[in-house]
Amino acid sequence: MNGHRPEYNYAYLDEQTKRMIRRALLKAVAIPGFQVPFASREVPLPRGWGTGGIQVTAAIIGPSDVLKVIDQGADDTTNAVSIRSFFHRVADVETTTDTEAATIIQTRHRIPETPLKHGQIMVYQVPIPEPLRFLEPRETETRQMHALNEYGLMYVKLYEDIAKYGRIAKSYDYPVLVNGRYLVAPSPTPSFDNPKLHQSAALHLYGAGREKRIYAIPPHTDVESLDFDDYPFQPQRFDSPCALCGATDSYLDQIVVDDNGGKLYACSDTDHCRRNHRLEHPDEDEA
Amino acid sequence: MYGSTKILNVTGVDKTFTMHLQDGHSIPVVKGLTLEVHSGECVVLDGASGTGKSSILKMVFGNYAVQRGQIILSAAGEEVDIAAANPRDILAARRDTMGYVSQFLRCVPRVPALEVVAEPLIDRGVNVEDARSRAADLLSRLQIASTMWALPPATFSGGEQQRVNIARGFIADLPLLLLDEPTASLDTGNKQVVIELIAEKLEVGAAVLGVFHDAEVREMVADRVVFVEDFSPSGHPCAVTGRRFAAPLTFPSTEVRDER
Amino acid sequence: MTTDRPLLRARGLSHRFGNRWGCRGVDIDVWPGEVVAVVGESGSGKSTLLNALSRRVRGGGGDVEYQLVSGQVIDLPTMPEGELRRLWRSEWGFVHQNAADGLRMHVTAGGNVGEPLMANGWRNYGQIRDVSTQWLERVEIPADRIDDVPTAFSGGMRQRLQIARNLVVSPRIVFMDEPTSGLDVSVQARLLDLIRSLVSELGLAVIVVTHDLAVARLISHRTVVMRHGEVIESGLTDRVLDDPGAPYTQLLVSSVLRG
Repeated sequence: MNGHRPEYNYAYLDEQTKRMIRRALLKAVAIPGFQVPFASREVPLPRGWGTGGIQVTAAIIGPSDVLKVIDQGADDTTNAVSIRSFFHRVADVETTTDTEAATIIQTRHRIPETPLKHGQIMVYQVPIPEPLRFLEPRETETRQMHALNEYGLMYVKLYEDIAKYGRIAKSYDYPVLVNGRYLVAPSPTPSFDNPKLHQSAALHLYGAGREKRIYAIPPHTDVESLDFDDYPFQPQRFDSPCALCGATDSYLDQIVVDDNGGKLYACSDTDHCRRNHRLEHPDEDEA
Repeated sequence: MYGSTKILNVTGVDKTFTMHLQDGHSIPVVKGLTLEVHSGECVVLDGASGTGKSSILKMVFGNYAVQRGQIILSAAGEEVDIAAANPRDILAARRDTMGYVSQFLRCVPRVPALEVVAEPLIDRGVNVEDARSRAADLLSRLQIASTMWALPPATFSGGEQQRVNIARGFIADLPLLLLDEPTASLDTGNKQVVIELIAEKLEVGAAVLGVFHDAEVREMVADRVVFVEDFSPSGHPCAVTGRRFAAPLTFPSTEVRDER
Repeated sequence: MTTDRPLLRARGLSHRFGNRWGCRGVDIDVWPGEVVAVVGESGSGKSTLLNALSRRVRGGGGDVEYQLVSGQVIDLPTMPEGELRRLWRSEWGFVHQNAADGLRMHVTAGGNVGEPLMANGWRNYGQIRDVSTQWLERVEIPADRIDDVPTAFSGGMRQRLQIARNLVVSPRIVFMDEPTSGLDVSVQARLLDLIRSLVSELGLAVIVVTHDLAVARLISHRTVVMRHGEVIESGLTDRVLDDPGAPYTQLLVSSVLRG
């Protein structure tokens, strides 16, 4: 663990850029769920791979922070490892895989099982920030809809699902209404994670680098998943517990174990699984 | 006998058709037309063919415009000058005060005969079942078989269409009835029914203004005759060709075919 | 004798396209429960008039006033966007010439008819579906087609679906732009018959633009004739068509092909 490289500014982005992003973040926090446009910068990752998340993290991270990065719940995938080591190098921060020890958690597509605490910040990587995008391709129209609180179209989509499948079929990136006002895409986290957002003690920040939007859900905000009175929202449920740790309340991944199609279901949140199993594991990253 | 209530009072009406497509050629129809019809009275317009008898009925109904004069309708304590009224007031008068049986049935394509006849009552707020029941009575009286009531009149013969027309015109209780050759394509039996219907209307105090080509019918119903030539613009009867413009716009064409 | 105020009143309504007048100095009223036909040939300005009246095009001149359900009269040109959109969801309807413009072609029939309800806050799937079913039946679309998409419907059925979608919120006035254009004659007849009966049953006001005088004859109480952006003649439909006064109206009426 050396000091950050002198060729780069602290946390890679220049100070003006960080200031611009912080302004966007302040605005986003002040208007929960509202998509704030921002001038997305180049970072050493291709667009669509988490550049929004990286920029938000870079704007808020400081020497005393402890950073955890997960990808689909796991700390040890290639991208999670790369991003974690990137910030270790340019921001000279301590990194961790322990959810409880982290102050900033950058995530792709999962919220950790361990309940978040006051003072923690979740940073989400968002591919498509606009929840209505696939129903209404025109940006001019969707902006009007948000401005005028006209979300009938989203309910049409839910209606169509029920008519076709007998239930609401959206299983990830399930639309939510934040603070009773803005319709938000909670990034492609499974609908299983939606209830964690409601009245959460942590601050949730969303960055979409390619689409150039930032939005936020402040702590202790009402977040409700959209549904019909007679077809209420139901997060996913699993039939069996985790094969590795026995947890019955976590989101499970299907893992193929042999060439005969054998599979097992294990916690997607690797830290939670380990903790549950009480295995010893070094907190340092493996990069 | 007729009451002293004047239902229709036409004074000093001039009408001229100006044919702009023929270099503004004018065809005067009437000049200074004046007539009255009282409740319980049947006034017949008489004159040679083409002297404007039908046109006069159309002026009273508001279908034709007039260039001068007044056409005052009095009913339910109110007066309307059809010559000067705005479209909404004329529509109200057609709903509440005057009915019109023309020579041609303009058919709305898919509406069954029973509905066509019941419509004027339903428009005036009568309960749908009652309206249909009265329509059925009238149609039976006019010898339209009940098997035809569910069919659109566009498929009927000329005489049958005429009888549907008559039923529709007579079903509501209106103070003034305008009749344009109502028996034109009817056989003797049906003619008699129409004569009775007219008599019944007069009995309850309706006023009737009509054109009857058929002398026998005229004989039976007329209280007074007005000679249209008295109001001819030039003092001579002039030929007014009937329908100058497009044929009645219906699907399909509804040329009257003689029943006999 | 007749009610006080028109539902929609325009005075001096004008709209330009560059140097060309779309419509110019038009005065028009639409009263509750009446059908007004605006007829004219291509380029007469009838569609521009409809769009200017319904505020689908803005920036022209003239006054347009509308009386809300509450009785309050509002000035449309100065109405804020959000309130105008609310009007469209609750009191106004628009039937497009091309049904694809007025429907979501890849949303089911039930979804199309249900959307205005959902936009107005309905949150019970069962109730939304019931009301949608009733309206489909009312416009003579078989109820078992509720889960089909409009791309699978014929032109006439699409138009009827469009009408159902518009009427589900019980509007007071419906603007129609050539609703029967391009449909087969028998299909037109069916559609016009439906419009007639809905108007009479629901007490709707309708302003319908058409180049077809037969449509005006069949469904409208009053007719306004337009040419080159101006009103040539207006009055009771049967009077305008049977005793046209203006030279252009006479030309129009006499040009109709006889069946």
